[in-house]
Amino acid sequence: MHDLPANSPQFLADAEAIAAQIPDGAYLALPPDYSLVAMAVVRALVRRRARALRLLGVPVLGFCADLLIGAGCVASVESSAVSLGEAGAAPRFTEAAESGALRVIDATCPMVHSGLQASEKGVPFMPLRGVLGSDLMARRADWKVIQNPLSTQPDPIVLASAIEPEVALFHARWADRCGNVWIGRRRELATIAHAARRTCVTYEALREGDMLEDELLAPGVLASVYVSALAPAARGAWPLGMADLYAIDDAHLMQYAKDARTREGFERYLNDFVWQAGPGKSSSPAASRA
Amino acid sequence: MASWAREELLACSIARLIGDAAHVAVGAASPIPATACALLRAQGRPLRVSLLHKRAGNPFTEGSRELFDLAGQGRIDVFFLGGAQIDGAANVNLVQAGAHRFAGSFGSAFMYFTARRTILFREEHSPRVLVPKVDFISAPGSSPPQVWRRGGAQALLTGKALFAWQPQGKRFRLASVHPGNRPAEIRELTGFDYDAPESVPLTPAPSSEEIRLLRGPVAREIAPDYPDFARRVWASGAAA
Repeated sequence: MHDLPANSPQFLADAEAIAAQIPDGAYLALPPDYSLVAMAVVRALVRRRARALRLLGVPVLGFCADLLIGAGCVASVESSAVSLGEAGAAPRFTEAAESGALRVIDATCPMVHSGLQASEKGVPFMPLRGVLGSDLMARRADWKVIQNPLSTQPDPIVLASAIEPEVALFHARWADRCGNVWIGRRRELATIAHAARRTCVTYEALREGDMLEDELLAPGVLASVYVSALAPAARGAWPLGMADLYAIDDAHLMQYAKDARTREGFERYLNDFVWQAGPGKSSSPAASRA
Repeated sequence: MASWAREELLACSIARLIGDAAHVAVGAASPIPATACALLRAQGRPLRVSLLHKRAGNPFTEGSRELFDLAGQGRIDVFFLGGAQIDGAANVNLVQAGAHRFAGSFGSAFMYFTARRTILFREEHSPRVLVPKVDFISAPGSSPPQVWRRGGAQALLTGKALFAWQPQGKRFRLASVHPGNRPAEIRELTGFDYDAPESVPLTPAPSSEEIRLLRGPVAREIAPDYPDFARRVWASGAAA
C-alpha cells in the first residue's frame, strides 16, 4: 500500500484538459456503461493519441473501453467483462484480444469491488467467498488463498489484493465551487475515487454553494478531498446516459456495434464522432447519425 | 404454427423454475429472465426482483457491488448465468473457447456459490455450446466439501429443452423438450452425456392467460430496460 494524498481539486477548462491529466501508461479505473462514464474525456484521450493505458473495469467495461482499444490507446484491460450489453459483443475488444494485441487480465466483479474496498481502508487485502475452483485463480497471481484463521475447520478463502488505480475517471451531474461532485446513487464511483491516487471528473453543470451543506444532496456527494481535477462537459456521458437528464442512446450504440465489426467501419466511426467532434468543431457530439 | 414466441415459452419455463423464491436478482443482458420475473409479478406473486440494469428506479444505490454483497449475505434466492460453453458437470465458461474470446466472467465465479439457486440459461442449444468439458471454468458447477458454498445449479434451460441438475450424481437429467423438438434430436445436439427418462415430457406451452399478461403489462414493464428485445418479440405491443 502506498500513501494517498489529500487532493485539492483543480478546475480545468474542458474535457481536453482532463485528458491531458491522464498520462500514457496510466492505470485508469472506469465505470461500466450504465454508471456515468466520462465519454467526452474518452474521445479527448483518443484525440490526444493516448497510448499504453491500463484500463481497470469497475467491475465491467463496455463502449468506452471498446473505443479506446480500437483507437490504439490501450495496452491492457483488467475487467470482469467487456461487452456492449444488449448491443452485443464489444467488437474492437474481441478482435484485439483474439489477435493477442491486447493483454486481458480477467477478473470477476466482486473481486474488483473487494480489491478497491481494501484500498479504501488502506489494508493489503480483502477476503471474499466463492471463486475457488474457477480457472481465473490460475491467471491471477495477486489472488491468494488462505485458511480462514478464525475457523478450526478446513475453510479455504480467497483474498483480493488491494487495487490502487492511478487515476479514476467519471462524469458527474454537478460540481460546486469547493470541488465537491454529485454522483447521486452511483456510490460505487465513490469507492473508485476513495481507492484511486487521483480522481478526474467532468460535470454537467456547476452548482452554486457548498453541496455538503445541503442535507438532501450531501449523501450523493463525493467530497473534494478525493477529487484532483474537474472540468465542465455538457452531455459529457453521451452516447451513454446521465441518470434522469438524458438516457443512453441505444440506437447509436447499436449502430456502433454494427460499424465497428470491421476496422474500416470503426475508422469511419472515429472520423464522424471523435476526430470531427473536437472542441470548436461544428459537429456536435450530441448529434447522432443513427 | 405456434401462437406464442419462443421467448414467451422460455419466460414461462423460467417463471416455473423460480417457483416460490422470495428474491430474484437479474444480471447483465438477461431480457428473458427479467420477463419471467415480470410475469410472476403480473400474476400477483409477491416476488422481489432486483434488476441490475434497471434504468429508472434501480434498486441499488451502490451499484453492482451491492448486488454481490446481498448475495454474499444470503439475501438472494435465485440468479441466472449464461455461458459461451456449459458442460455436463454444470461448469460455466464465459471467457474463451478455442481462438474465440467472449466478454468475460462477470460475477459468475461468486454468484454461483452465493445465490441459493442458479438457473443456467442459454438459448443456443448446440454441441458448440453444450460441451463435454468447458475450455475454461469461469465458475465451477460443484466444489469439494471443505469449500464454502451456499448454492449451485438448479436447472439448465435452452431454446430446445430443460435439464434438471442432480447435485448428488453431478449430472444433468433431461426434464422436458420444448414443443417442436424430439428427445433424439436433443441427444444429438448436446455435447455432454446426461440422464433421461424413458418417456420425456413436453415443456408446457404458455397458457392464454400467460400470453395475455406477457403481451400486456409484462411487455410494457420490460420495454424501457430492454428496448431492442421488446421490439423484436412484441413488435407493436411494446410501445411504452
